[in-house]
Amino acid sequence: MSIDIRFRIPQGAFCLDVDLSVPSQGVTSLFGPSGCGKTTLLRAIAGLEHHAEGFLRVGDITWQDENIFVAPHRRSLGYVFQEASLFEHLNVKGNLEYGFRRIPRNLRRVSLDRAIDLLEIGQLLDRSPLTLSGGERQRVSIARALAVSPELLLMDEPLAAVDYDRKQEILPYIESLHRELDIPVIHVSHLPEEVGRLADHLVLLQNGRVTAAGDVHEIFTRLDLPLAHGSDAATIIEAEVSAHDEKYKLTCLSFKGGTITVTRRDIPVGSPVRLRLAARDVSLTLERQSGTSILNIIPAVVESMTEDEHAQLTVRLLAEEVPLLARITRKSADDLGLAPGKPVYAQIKSIALLV
Amino acid sequence: MFNEADLTALAITLKLALISTLVLLLIGTPLAWWLARTRWRFKFIPEAVVALPLVLPPTVLGFYLLLMLGPHGALGGAAVALGGRPLAFTFTGLVIGSVIYSMPFVVQPLQDAFTAIGRRPLEVAATLGASPVDRFFSVAVPLARPGFLTAAVLGFAHTIGEFGVVLMIGGNIPGETRVASIAIYDHVEGLQYAHAHWLSGGLLLLSFLLLVMVYALNRRFRLVKL
Repeated sequence: MSIDIRFRIPQGAFCLDVDLSVPSQGVTSLFGPSGCGKTTLLRAIAGLEHHAEGFLRVGDITWQDENIFVAPHRRSLGYVFQEASLFEHLNVKGNLEYGFRRIPRNLRRVSLDRAIDLLEIGQLLDRSPLTLSGGERQRVSIARALAVSPELLLMDEPLAAVDYDRKQEILPYIESLHRELDIPVIHVSHLPEEVGRLADHLVLLQNGRVTAAGDVHEIFTRLDLPLAHGSDAATIIEAEVSAHDEKYKLTCLSFKGGTITVTRRDIPVGSPVRLRLAARDVSLTLERQSGTSILNIIPAVVESMTEDEHAQLTVRLLAEEVPLLARITRKSADDLGLAPGKPVYAQIKSIALLV
Repeated sequence: MFNEADLTALAITLKLALISTLVLLLIGTPLAWWLARTRWRFKFIPEAVVALPLVLPPTVLGFYLLLMLGPHGALGGAAVALGGRPLAFTFTGLVIGSVIYSMPFVVQPLQDAFTAIGRRPLEVAATLGASPVDRFFSVAVPLARPGFLTAAVLGFAHTIGEFGVVLMIGGNIPGETRVASIAIYDHVEGLQYAHAHWLSGGLLLLSFLLLVMVYALNRRFRLVKL
């Protein structure tokens, strides 16, 4: 099952022209700089762009082709707008019920209570949207979209309008949706951090065109794509909690390429976790260092390197097939004699646990 | 004090204002909605037509209406053909005249209110499964409620104050088309200043109270510009 999207949307001098197929499971992020057309594409999927010509099929239902245009209100979708856009003439409960009441009883797979519980907004039901904080508003708007039991959930930069603390408040909810409900999500963002946290599948957009699409781990570490360059290049790794060390208050996380130790987290053994390793926090040595305070040293093999004249370059390593990025100076690369196939040790200075 | 003829004139005035306001809301709401939402490049033409009564002398408007409502006019002729009588010098004729004359006072606040809502709440409603008609009644109307209030009060108040158009098309038939503003004119012509005072003072107070209500509510909701 997949979601097939083909659109041509002229907008003055700019033209969005995409042809892609994304899995109808998990989170797909449309990622690109502002003005690349990602929001327009999301609106076209919802049927909100009037000039969109193209083809759209979700699973086995065609929403649009040359002859068919299913009106937005007949598409089984949830849409979370950038600003929460709650109805100000209704209280929180009225907002949640608005969509819920408009779907036939037999199609209600997500109950109102379930949506309220997932986003933990039970205590807000009688409030007016005008009295809510930005984070609360966005949580209500996500619950409202879920309450229509959508076949597809669309989120347009759901975190853009909130500050850093609110982001940390909302992100866990969005992540949990993904685990708790089997609803495919298409999500728009221009923040690598947000994408690294949420996405399973990544679509890169530039000037209205798709420049790359694929698995998030793959796209983040492809040296021919912009994400692997620059100071915020990072590797996303799926790992599992394998043990806790109570003496030193540490937690061990294992992935295919080795084991990584972080400070003690309250996560049960066996739980999946997602890690983010900033490429600039990974340094390379030819021999396994002893006498170092660095805990995490992973043996790997150089797979490829960027070649340009900048002071820094990105090295793509493989640790048992798991790609890892290291951002080092070109001088160090020359001094170490790095070349594809060369075995090295990756020393990881810090790790962000994403779940 | 008010004499019986003055009270009748006041009653007719209020009845005329009430019926005209209802008709105006029925016609003006879809018109304002369309003007607020259309992307038609020539929408300024209907906008100008709606605004015409703001600048046209009421006698000009009344003159054309008189022709239209009379036995040989388009509307009057149609009424005769349907077995009725010509519409000039009838209460129905007055309602038609008032509706046209007060149209901008109803359409413009509504159009402003609908425009102020923007597309977003309606798009949200669409993604939540609401059909276009459903969206209009469940989102646009409640959000434009202050606009409806302003439109209704202004339409009502403006119809009460109407003089020139009524004089041209309604004549001065006691008990049918004689409204308060005309009665005042007659009193002044006949030098019956006491009667003129009572009626004028009554209208002054009524209009003032209506506008106080609009501005007070407007301050509370802060949504509609006047």
